[in-house]
Amino acid sequence: MPTRYGTGLAVAALAAGLGMTAPAFAQVKIAFVDPLSGAMAPIGEHGVKHFQYMIDKINAKGGVNGQKMELLTYDNKLSPQETVIAAQKAIDAGARILTLGNGSGAAAAMIDFVNKHNDRNPGKEVVYLNYAAVDPAFTNDKCSYWHFRWDAHSDIKMQALTTYIKGKPSIKKIYLINQDYSFGHAVRKAANEMLKAKRPDIQIVGDELHPLAKITDFAPYIAKIKASGADSVITGNWGSDIALLLKASADAGLQVDYYTYYAGGAGGPTAIKQTGLKDRVYQITEGIANINVKENLAWEEEFRKKSAGQGWWYPRVRNEMEMLAMAMNEAKSNDPKVFAEKLRGLKYKNIYGKDTYMRAEDHQFFQDIYISALTPMAGDMKFDEENSGWGWKLTATIPMANTDVATTCKMAKPS
Amino acid sequence: MSSTILAAARPNPVLDLLRRYGVWIAAAGLMILLPKVFSSGAALTTMCLMGIMIVFSLSYNMLLGQTGMLSFGHAVYYGLGGFLAVHAMNTIAGGKLPIPLPVLPLVGGFMGLLFGFIFGAVSTRRAGTAFAMISLGLGELIASLSLILRGFFGGEEGITANRTKMLTLWGVRFGPQIEVYYLIAAWCLVCIAAMFAFTRTPLGRLCNAVRENPERAEFIGYSTQMVRFIAFCVAGFFAGIAGGLAAINFELMNAVNISGGQSGVVLLMAYIGGIGHFAGPILGAILVVLLQVFLSDITGAWMLYFGLIFIGMVMFAPGGLAGLIMLHLPLWRRGTILQVLPHYAAMAVPVLMGAAGLTLLIETAHHQLVKTQTDGPAMHFFRLGFDSNTPLPWLAAALLLGGGLWLGRLYAPRLKAAYGDAAHGVEAAR
Amino acid sequence: MIFSTLNGVLYGMLLFLLASGLTLIFSMMGVLNFAHASFYMLGAYFGFQISQWLGFWVALVAAPVLVGLIGAAVERWGLRTVHKWGHVPELLFTFGLAFVVEELVQMVWGKLPVDYRVPALLDFSAFELFGTTYPAFRMFMLLISVAIFLVLLLVLTRSRIGLIIQAALTHPNMVAMLGHNVPKVFMMVFGFGCGLAAIAGVIAGPALVTQPSMAHVLGPILFVVVVFGGLGSLPGAFIASLLIGLIQTFAIAINYSLGDALGAIGIGRPISGALSDMWQVTVAQIGPVVPYLMLVLILIFRPTGLMGTRET
Repeated sequence: MPTRYGTGLAVAALAAGLGMTAPAFAQVKIAFVDPLSGAMAPIGEHGVKHFQYMIDKINAKGGVNGQKMELLTYDNKLSPQETVIAAQKAIDAGARILTLGNGSGAAAAMIDFVNKHNDRNPGKEVVYLNYAAVDPAFTNDKCSYWHFRWDAHSDIKMQALTTYIKGKPSIKKIYLINQDYSFGHAVRKAANEMLKAKRPDIQIVGDELHPLAKITDFAPYIAKIKASGADSVITGNWGSDIALLLKASADAGLQVDYYTYYAGGAGGPTAIKQTGLKDRVYQITEGIANINVKENLAWEEEFRKKSAGQGWWYPRVRNEMEMLAMAMNEAKSNDPKVFAEKLRGLKYKNIYGKDTYMRAEDHQFFQDIYISALTPMAGDMKFDEENSGWGWKLTATIPMANTDVATTCKMAKPS
Repeated sequence: MSSTILAAARPNPVLDLLRRYGVWIAAAGLMILLPKVFSSGAALTTMCLMGIMIVFSLSYNMLLGQTGMLSFGHAVYYGLGGFLAVHAMNTIAGGKLPIPLPVLPLVGGFMGLLFGFIFGAVSTRRAGTAFAMISLGLGELIASLSLILRGFFGGEEGITANRTKMLTLWGVRFGPQIEVYYLIAAWCLVCIAAMFAFTRTPLGRLCNAVRENPERAEFIGYSTQMVRFIAFCVAGFFAGIAGGLAAINFELMNAVNISGGQSGVVLLMAYIGGIGHFAGPILGAILVVLLQVFLSDITGAWMLYFGLIFIGMVMFAPGGLAGLIMLHLPLWRRGTILQVLPHYAAMAVPVLMGAAGLTLLIETAHHQLVKTQTDGPAMHFFRLGFDSNTPLPWLAAALLLGGGLWLGRLYAPRLKAAYGDAAHGVEAAR
Repeated sequence: MIFSTLNGVLYGMLLFLLASGLTLIFSMMGVLNFAHASFYMLGAYFGFQISQWLGFWVALVAAPVLVGLIGAAVERWGLRTVHKWGHVPELLFTFGLAFVVEELVQMVWGKLPVDYRVPALLDFSAFELFGTTYPAFRMFMLLISVAIFLVLLLVLTRSRIGLIIQAALTHPNMVAMLGHNVPKVFMMVFGFGCGLAAIAGVIAGPALVTQPSMAHVLGPILFVVVVFGGLGSLPGAFIASLLIGLIQTFAIAINYSLGDALGAIGIGRPISGALSDMWQVTVAQIGPVVPYLMLVLILIFRPTGLMGTRET
């Protein structure tokens, strides 16, 4: 009997020992905090590969200000509280640059934590680089000097999507179905407002909210969509909620177009292919593998070789890391307090050769937005997704100027 | 702890005082000294979390261990207490009310008490499984509502507050984590003392009677329902205080804190620590927090270890950590504990072998199944590099595990006999 | 309407497949088996794996048998050891088991949903109504679950072993005293219950999604069904399953909020502030909460459950 006790203690002591002593070699430490266990782990783990790849590239070019970068990874289990603990651990280990993407709850906790930390520890400021949390509030009401966002937030994506819909008179009846939490609410609100402004003739025939990640069978929802006579569905669903929705749709033989935020997420393309919804599922992103620019194709090729065929999901990680290195080199300092100033308003040419910039007013990144549909490989498509034989095909490009949305941010500059 | 009092044969006022309160003085001393030893920010945050969870799991044990009520929804009171504390912090800061931060956990406590009163009135009318199921239903109900009532619960992101914007007393703003640590430590000590005192009251004894034999308790004239109800309210109060402390520590409350998951964790903590002894949940809270915070940094399969450790505890040490320690109390008193130590040392070899084999097996399998496709077969185990595709690590794991089991089985009877000798010597002497 | 009813009945029948095993285990052994939904998940994954190798029809038989054996083994070498320490440790054992099963499934099959497909033989639409098709596989699921319900009812009321089980449900001690090997019956019932859950998994896997969180999503609802229906009462579990299936399906179809309802009878919004959200909550949003409300209410007002004979 004492053995279990002993084992337990040994594991705990070991855990404590390993956890509290962090190696102190490299100079610039970047802490990656995201879910690395649980249902969202594949997304977090693939994110790690993106950042490691970028850091290797930057270090190969000599690093920043003559110092090498190093990646530290922390599992926040998608929980706000664990995020705070992980951030604390990262700062203990010497990281002053934190990056986190998934879960608006975790991201909100991180912004709040960074604000308070910098307020209470002058001279030890840290900065939070957000690569994926898209709640518009982060660059509006909750905006912070210490937070920079590279993903287009959900209002920007909706702006792009409604701009596209404006030029598609065939769309007449739209059904909205979203998850019942902050992000789903944001998508639904933006869709209602922007459609009314740009296409007042479009009828919104349904506006549904369903519990987050709890529905096992979407058949009843599909029946409702069917009954409403919608020709298109807009949804911010992700994870199992999008996969199950599409599956139920295919089962019921529902023929509508799906405009999604996250159909491209882990497992999404496999599910779409399985349901056979060819050319019917669209996604709104800041880039796809099959954009025919030489640099982009070469980049994708090289990365896929290194990551067992998985694609470069986050073009924004490249933007984030390159701009970070630019700002640090320009500021000739690796201190967040100094280089953050350079990041504000920084202009940058992305891999597609397009102009982009980090808006100083609210620290939101702006770029061209792409709408693409998943379809079997054909023509000049070079890359498929998840080895399914289906890939994203470019449908429309929304230029940066048309993605502009105003901000309510009143940035408080630290003294 | 009462037993130490009994052991005091000769009355000596100083010694008696020391015996009676020695544990508390030692605990206070330990709490003061700990941050000097572990001073990093993460260690402080972890210790704060431990303090919160100690209060929470002790409050849970008032139900399960003391009164015999199995609850699946204790996080409701913890969460509601925390949410009200966060709202109170914002209101106080907004209205510049002259209320200092240290009293805030009381706000959480009263919220817990209020809801303990409301839900307790409903659920404590039943005992046993029916009570457990009602608590499950209420827990899921509130957890679902927490995502719907976004005004109060703040949806997915929760509600944030700033603890430094409150009235400052003696220049303490509670900005740095160390100040918060001492606040939590103080509250933790007070709550432990209060809950311990509760077990010594007639009401506390009655709770035990209701747990052991509700019919007899009824026959001697007490309403078991009333006893359950009062215990439930008090447990809700302390859970609310824990929630208030969590609100101060994280300055953030969200739906996760009120979910069924949180209710499950507190059950685990109390049980792993040992529900049969007052100090059990304290040990459980410390161990589980350590596992939660640090295990995930070491291995991707941390949930598996967590589950296995838990199953192992349930199967082989139903008394929990405290139960294991209590097993050795008679030996300690008899002075025979040294007799068994060499046997434990001998047993440690097969145990360590088995544990190493099992971890090696899990880690290699985890790497082989999860990581090989993307990262290649090369892996590390305690800084030992090897290739998970070769049979070597599998063979080593099987050998270690099998050898450990075999040796352990071989040695177990001797250990048992040695323990029996040491312990039954006490019996024989009587 | 017809589709909603069909979907509701189907969901209810799936719940029943799981609940029937659980209610047998629960009422006989007093074990709240938290891992029951994990066996359902194992069924789905085994079904997926075996149908990849040998085809769906083999999987439909082999997977439940395998899972049933695993269940029996868990009872024999796990639960039985813990049994002597009482019901709470037993329950906690299954609690830990659910953790371990989920983690093992993630390790072996990955964290993403697996590509578990409807067998080609049943991959067509059964009928079309108002332009909506109804997949044949769903009809097949319905058929299987109804058939199992009937078989179960026959076995329990007509066969010798069924009678022993029934007796053990209500008077477990008496049955032991009559010389029946109660531990063996327990092991068989546990294994059998797990097998039933696995059948549900095999047939639900292709229609819904086979992924590591599938157990977690279904778990608590099962307890609602078992307790609501009444301990040890198969007909009770049957009615509760259908009721919850239909309620959850129909709640989605209704779009009214509390505010609308009160507005209709002339009451405005009396409160604002923190609880004002209450007024915008629609029936569809409340849908998933309803089962828990039912659970709490029935336990308060009728602790034996809908058709139970014993207090829980």
